[in-house]
Amino acid sequence: MAEIVGAYFTSHVPAIGGAIHRGDQQTPYWKPFFDGFTRVHEWLAEIKPDVAVVFNNDHGLNFFLDCLPTFAVGAAHEYHNADEGWGLPLYKPFAGHPALSWHIIEQLVDDEFDPATCQAMKVDHALSIPFELAWPGVSAWPVRIVPIAINTVQHPLPSARRALALGRSVHRALASWGGAERVVVIGTGGLSHQLDGARAGFMNPGYDRFCLDHLASDPDALTHDSIHEIVRLAGTQGVEILNWIAARGALGPSAREVHRNYHVPISNTAAATLLLDPA
Amino acid sequence: MGQAAKAPPIEGTTLFDGEAAANGYALNAMCYSFNEAACRQAFLADEEAYCARFGLTPAQRKAVADRDVLGMIAAGGNIYYLAKLAGIFGLNVQDVGALQTGKSLAEFKQFLLDQGQKVHHG
Repeated sequence: MAEIVGAYFTSHVPAIGGAIHRGDQQTPYWKPFFDGFTRVHEWLAEIKPDVAVVFNNDHGLNFFLDCLPTFAVGAAHEYHNADEGWGLPLYKPFAGHPALSWHIIEQLVDDEFDPATCQAMKVDHALSIPFELAWPGVSAWPVRIVPIAINTVQHPLPSARRALALGRSVHRALASWGGAERVVVIGTGGLSHQLDGARAGFMNPGYDRFCLDHLASDPDALTHDSIHEIVRLAGTQGVEILNWIAARGALGPSAREVHRNYHVPISNTAAATLLLDPA
Repeated sequence: MGQAAKAPPIEGTTLFDGEAAANGYALNAMCYSFNEAACRQAFLADEEAYCARFGLTPAQRKAVADRDVLGMIAAGGNIYYLAKLAGIFGLNVQDVGALQTGKSLAEFKQFLLDQGQKVHHG
């Protein structure tokens, strides 16, 4: 049976990619954020994952409004980044794990989820940046991936309760997988931020703290707010917390916090990094 | 009625829902095309013709011509796609934030930094 070795959560602000590209990690603006990754690197060296199940959201690279799935599971042999249209560096490709993807899809449908299944899927900065942060400078990623995209673009979005249930279904799939893989679960995005409208620049450290304080011990606490209320509390793009909630569900019933870093601002975003061990 | 329809509106915030997505389809489709470098160049070479090709509504065309981000959102634009248009002009999310809030770029950046000061120094 596969072993779930931990969960890693971090923001995926595109500007982080620029900072890495320029080598700005130790400049005063970026240091408080990047210093949060020393522990991430140690932890990954300790837990040695070889597969990552990654909950993330597409920002208009793979999906457009012509066909926008609520949940989409990648089942490809390989995933490529591509030009996102506004000057981001092009990121390395990822190797997939289609057999595990299909096993997860089977479990999800057994549990009455209805995901889109993608044998071809471009992945954007929401996937690449957390990997660049976790394994800086590697020539190829040390893990194969199963990407799971959650719609955070077009309302109605799935509820936080639904996202947690989705993650728990993925956990059941991993628990019944016959392989010997060491699986890290990853949730990307957030925390509070709003890019659009007259409220652009809104962040909410109080709500972010609530999320960080409860994710390990009581993730259901994060599911009591409606999506509308989460937008009010976290901003229009702060709903990316759905990726964190789903990843927390996939980690398993109980969890222990290993490491946390929180810094405001990175670009327009309250940035956070969190590591959880299964407990 | 959906939950969002019943809930009180959020100040300064437009939820990108089905109605917005339907109204904004042409504008967002044009912006989505900007994932291709050739499309970005075609827009810069002849903005009028490029907008016409995607059938932008008059309100969308005016908002694009005026570089009016709030106008684009009112006409159904979604920020993830609009960011690709902003990128053509070399604008990042701080520039776009400043444009939408009526602040200068320096003021908007300071507004972001000030929120961090409250967190890190109580």
